[in-house]
Amino acid sequence: MAVNKDKNSYTMIFAVIMVLVVGTLLAGFSSGLKPTIKANEKFEKQQNILYAMGVNNNTGAGDVAFIPTDRVADAFKTYIKEQLVIEGETASKNDKAYLIDVKKEGTKAKKDGYQRKLPLFIGEKQGKELYIMPVRGKGLWDAIWGFIAVDKTMTVQGVYFDHKGETPGLGAEIKQRYFMDDFIGEKLLDGANFKGIKVAKGNNDPKNMIKDDYEVDALAGATITGDGVSAMLKKDIAMYVPYFKSINN
Amino acid sequence: MGLLSKKDTRLILDPLTDDNPITIQVLGICSALAITAQLKPSIVMAVSVIFVLGLGNVVISLMRNIIPSKIRIIVQLIVVATLVIIVDQVLKAFAYELSKELSVFIGLIITNCIIMGRFEAFALGNGPWKSFLDGVGNALGYGVILIIVGFFRELLGSGTLFGVKVLGDSVEKTGLYAIGYENNGFMVLPPMALIVVGIIIWVQRSRNSALIEEN
Repeated sequence: MAVNKDKNSYTMIFAVIMVLVVGTLLAGFSSGLKPTIKANEKFEKQQNILYAMGVNNNTGAGDVAFIPTDRVADAFKTYIKEQLVIEGETASKNDKAYLIDVKKEGTKAKKDGYQRKLPLFIGEKQGKELYIMPVRGKGLWDAIWGFIAVDKTMTVQGVYFDHKGETPGLGAEIKQRYFMDDFIGEKLLDGANFKGIKVAKGNNDPKNMIKDDYEVDALAGATITGDGVSAMLKKDIAMYVPYFKSINN
Repeated sequence: MGLLSKKDTRLILDPLTDDNPITIQVLGICSALAITAQLKPSIVMAVSVIFVLGLGNVVISLMRNIIPSKIRIIVQLIVVATLVIIVDQVLKAFAYELSKELSVFIGLIITNCIIMGRFEAFALGNGPWKSFLDGVGNALGYGVILIIVGFFRELLGSGTLFGVKVLGDSVEKTGLYAIGYENNGFMVLPPMALIVVGIIIWVQRSRNSALIEEN
């Protein structure tokens, strides 16, 4: 059968059929894999929350090892005693609090009259009660986020940071142990005032021995990412301060 | 008589050495610079490109007699994009950690000039089996360079291989670091990848004088 391939009608028909075939194929793939991908994202969040409160699989010095995906759901149930959603003055229990999209809440909160939902996880590890808060901010190239575990007095007990596209070897180091572990023991409150923790350059404390200076040592070559971490801690954790004041009274 | 004829073998082996897409044709440089700071992403990238280019070449070759020449570039783009999206989704579903590490660069396989180049130059004029070999060969040639560059950048830049500290601990000053060795921070930045690729080209050309153009 001789078909004139230069005719416009042939081109059109070819294009339409091609689009239909490719569209169907991709839609099939996407909906087939969607549950697995969604589950991965859920597990990742649970792993991050648990990591912040010190439940992990770390063995060596520089390890950042999560609870394996197949066990994380059980571990999450064991260690997280309560999940709260704080809206203004009230805090209500909600078992799906960890699924709250911090990014979307942040965008919605910019509009007037929206009461931001703040998820808070209360965990218990070796008899110690820990409060874990999500934070989210901007690094140099893209979003950075993390989870901060504190005790009742808002002294940091563990952190986990992650990023979308910081420079490997520089800003991307915020998810390395030597940076994250520096936060442990740092205070967020100065008496009753919220101070946050600053990622500071040249603070004469590179080994981070002084734990009440509201500073950790910065990463070389990652000034903007470090500033982003300081800013995100300051802005996002400040929102939780009223809650901590209320439980301490 | 083996599985591959002499001609077929050349299709696979030439791009590995004397017709390498990166060092000889200087294609696909952008991704070679971007993702080679560590060894593991380099390898996953290489495997992904082998899949996309091998299969893409076959698909284009099968369709070569029915593709209207007026829209052939767009048809090629759609084929690459489709395969890349499939790779991306599969990685997200079954290798979530890795897909996060490679993030946007899997998507950027679409813009890899090697792929469009092979579709246009080879698959449109040859049968499926030959096209498959050509695709895999070129992707291997690309992958080999990625892995070499990734090896040196991770080793000299971070002192690790696959994340394992092979030179000792830079913070606690053990191993090589105890005698004053320092990581070269430049190696983790993309420009150093260009210099490593340059050195590979230099070595390759000094070993094979046939590659040097005559003026």
